[in-house]
Amino acid sequence: MDGTDVMSSYWRGVRNALPFLFVVGPFGMLFGVVATDAGLNIFETLMFSIVVIAGAAQFTAVQLMQDNAPTIVVLVSAMAVNLRMAMYSASITPHLGPLPLWKRMFVAYFLVDQVYAASIIDYEERPQQSLTEKFAFFMGVATPICPPWYLFTLVGAWAGEAVPPELGLDFVLPIAFIALFAPALRTGAHRAAALVAALMALAFAFLPYNLGLIVGAVAGMMAGAEIERRAGMQADRRPGA
Amino acid sequence: MKDLWIVIIGMGLGSFALRFVFLGLVGDRAMPDWLLRHLRYTAVAVMPALVAPLVIWPSATGGETDPLRLAAAAAALIVGYFSKSLYGAVGAGAAVMIAGAWLPI
Repeated sequence: MDGTDVMSSYWRGVRNALPFLFVVGPFGMLFGVVATDAGLNIFETLMFSIVVIAGAAQFTAVQLMQDNAPTIVVLVSAMAVNLRMAMYSASITPHLGPLPLWKRMFVAYFLVDQVYAASIIDYEERPQQSLTEKFAFFMGVATPICPPWYLFTLVGAWAGEAVPPELGLDFVLPIAFIALFAPALRTGAHRAAALVAALMALAFAFLPYNLGLIVGAVAGMMAGAEIERRAGMQADRRPGA
Repeated sequence: MKDLWIVIIGMGLGSFALRFVFLGLVGDRAMPDWLLRHLRYTAVAVMPALVAPLVIWPSATGGETDPLRLAAAAAALIVGYFSKSLYGAVGAGAAVMIAGAWLPI
């Protein structure tokens, strides 16, 4: 393995991930605005993005803290939003699992939605890559995604301190979440999971500590999994399938 | 804000643990199908469960259902679903909110 190949893998990763700047930029700024709107100062907002580095979970936590939910509920809800990261970890392990421990820790820290998506697509398209090339590509992808996430959070926090609270930014967050999950409703199972989750969350909204969120989410996951299981059984029965 | 640093550090450790669990500890062993099947629907279940009460009972109106916010949420959902575009969805929702603020309905 010579150094040129590693560098070209790194830069290929950077190039592939550049378009994600247009997602990370507005979302990072939005988090900065929403967090300062909720009462966090600039340093707290920035540290949130550096330590946690998980947009949807950060939005969830800020929303729940604003609603004065108990700390344990904030943590459990944020982790529930982040559970998909465990799937990313499972899915990328066949490619990057053989790395030394300290490199795997880097990979784990940077394994956010867009970095995972760009990397796994490339690994599947080019299965011939060596472990070193895969790692270089991964770090290349992370470069235009993760540091800009911190930077844009900071910009948003500065802007947010200048925005008067009565401007009604309360609805920016629900819109942002809808924009995140609506394009992901690809199959009947996904749509059923979303619908059941929303309805159950409304039906159990009377529960204390925002437990309605947990009830809704678990019910939605069970609905999606069950429909997928039945669809799979039908596919198995089809002749020639 | 109460317990802010507990939340930040707790979430930091928790997020890292979720991302590290398979890479670091499970390795190449296969996971049970039923678990993977549930994990696949985590994102599309948690987010609607979080958003639905915020849309129906917005905190800004003191929990009273607001036609404008319902319309904005519906616009974002419909455009996001059909265009598969995050920006399209955000733009549609924002456009409805801005139109509602300006138009004397």
